[in-house]
Amino acid sequence: MSIEIHKPGLLATVQDLGRTGYGKYGVIVSGAMDRFAHRTANWLAGNGDGAAALEITLSGFAAEFKQDHWIAITGGNMAPVIDGRAVPMWRPVFAQRGSRLVLKQPVSGCRAYLAVSGGWDVPKVMGSRSTYLRAGIGGFEGRALRAGDELPVGQGRLRAPAALTGDDSFYAVSWAVPWSVLPAYRQNPEIRFTRGRQWDDFTHRSRQAFMELSYKVTPQSDRMGYRLSGPSLELESPREYLSEAVALGTVQIPADGQPIVLMADRQTLGGYPKIAQVISADLPVMAQAAPGGHILFREVTLGEAEALYIRQERKLKRLETMIRLKLKEGYHA
Amino acid sequence: MAWSFYPLGDSAVSVEFGQSISAKIHKEIRAAVHRIEIDPFPGFIECVPSFAAISVFYDLAALRIPDRNRTAFDHVCSILRDKLMLTGDGLRDESTRIIDIPVCYGGEFGPDLGLVAESNGLSEEEVVSIHAGEQYLVYAIGFAPGFPYLGGMPDTIAAPRKKTPRLRIPAGSVGIAGSQTGIYPIETPGGWQIIGRTPLELFRPDESPPTLLQGGDYIRFRPIGQDEYLRLRRMQP
Repeated sequence: MSIEIHKPGLLATVQDLGRTGYGKYGVIVSGAMDRFAHRTANWLAGNGDGAAALEITLSGFAAEFKQDHWIAITGGNMAPVIDGRAVPMWRPVFAQRGSRLVLKQPVSGCRAYLAVSGGWDVPKVMGSRSTYLRAGIGGFEGRALRAGDELPVGQGRLRAPAALTGDDSFYAVSWAVPWSVLPAYRQNPEIRFTRGRQWDDFTHRSRQAFMELSYKVTPQSDRMGYRLSGPSLELESPREYLSEAVALGTVQIPADGQPIVLMADRQTLGGYPKIAQVISADLPVMAQAAPGGHILFREVTLGEAEALYIRQERKLKRLETMIRLKLKEGYHA
Repeated sequence: MAWSFYPLGDSAVSVEFGQSISAKIHKEIRAAVHRIEIDPFPGFIECVPSFAAISVFYDLAALRIPDRNRTAFDHVCSILRDKLMLTGDGLRDESTRIIDIPVCYGGEFGPDLGLVAESNGLSEEEVVSIHAGEQYLVYAIGFAPGFPYLGGMPDTIAAPRKKTPRLRIPAGSVGIAGSQTGIYPIETPGGWQIIGRTPLELFRPDESPPTLLQGGDYIRFRPIGQDEYLRLRRMQP
């Protein structure tokens, strides 16, 4: 049970929901950038939250299924095809042995998630299958995928569909995740934030600029952080801060005044002043912002941020239940 | 003891114990982390301590907030305040570990030792003896797995960061940046002045805990020669 990678594209790694509990040892969380898409892909493939999926960045990914596999593709839309035929996203798909999956240029977003029934079967390191590139641990041999890699798959619980004929490369179920529950992925998204610890230390002009003007996503953005370019943000009186923990979505301002939004591979501690925090509910949208896009930041209160996240989690719970019921109707073993 | 609480986004609270680096604050932080970890609240994920603060990460959806009018932040703050009160007095004196870090100074392992010596008007031997003559407190671990934030390096051997960082610094490199010193556990780019290298593995992903050093440890650098470096290197996992 495996797939063979023909082309990894810009960056393809195995990720689950991250390696928590080791922050005090300096071990970063890692994990999927877009957790909404990651979790949904796993549910659609009949897996639990904790399974690993492939995170495929930007373009040029190709792989061959060595066995029959139930899969699901979610996240950024990179026009996936299997043996030349477009594969619908956000729904269970049964791919036949020997068929070839290709992901092309993104139509929207910049990260796709490929989950497989049974999950990608790589060993857990410190409780997680996430790849931590810099330390060379987790995922597939602690590194990004390369051409020729054979990625093992765990035992899935979904059985083959009756509707498939021998000639079809794949079969997609007739239902999908409703559009209405998907995050508002956009080329130029509006991202909501709460004030960071050092918000008040920035000049009035800088705070206004951060709220009213847009920031461009630069090509130097990666899993560690989104480097943005726009109006320079300055402290009222520059000073050194003691290093302390940073979080997913922390917006820090280094000496050059250009914001960095810290993402999945952020380091555990940081010493730059924090002007803002992207709210948890908007992190999936942030994770799909592609280089060249513009981000407009909008302030919300902490109470609003909490309520938005809890609402999103409730929506996801309902979605998970719906998917499980659907899978039970049809394809559960 | 006065603590200040502030949100680190909508899923973490930072508790500030002060604005300075001191062994006393560090000890309070260690006791507080211990108290939070042995009796975690529903939704608790982890504590990440630093020089003068603890950041407590939680799962917003898993908290049990009794009062609907309360924010999750207020709820977590009140839990933490109660726990901190309990640690306020009578800190149990834990046994302190002093960890010996053998270092092969200078040469190919410490290409910047000469520069550090020169900029401080010292000989290389003097820099080594000052660097290895102190005991350093590990205030926090961060930046990379097992990387120690140390206190206590004498200013007499301080040296500014490199103008252009090196693209790769080998694991085990011991460096100086300003009046800080530290050890790179994994290969990374970096701008510190590298004065030596230890054969010890600081990051041990297969062990529990996964790092040689932990907050609260003291370390001592011990100068060794190249032969001993190679011998110790072979003994590492």
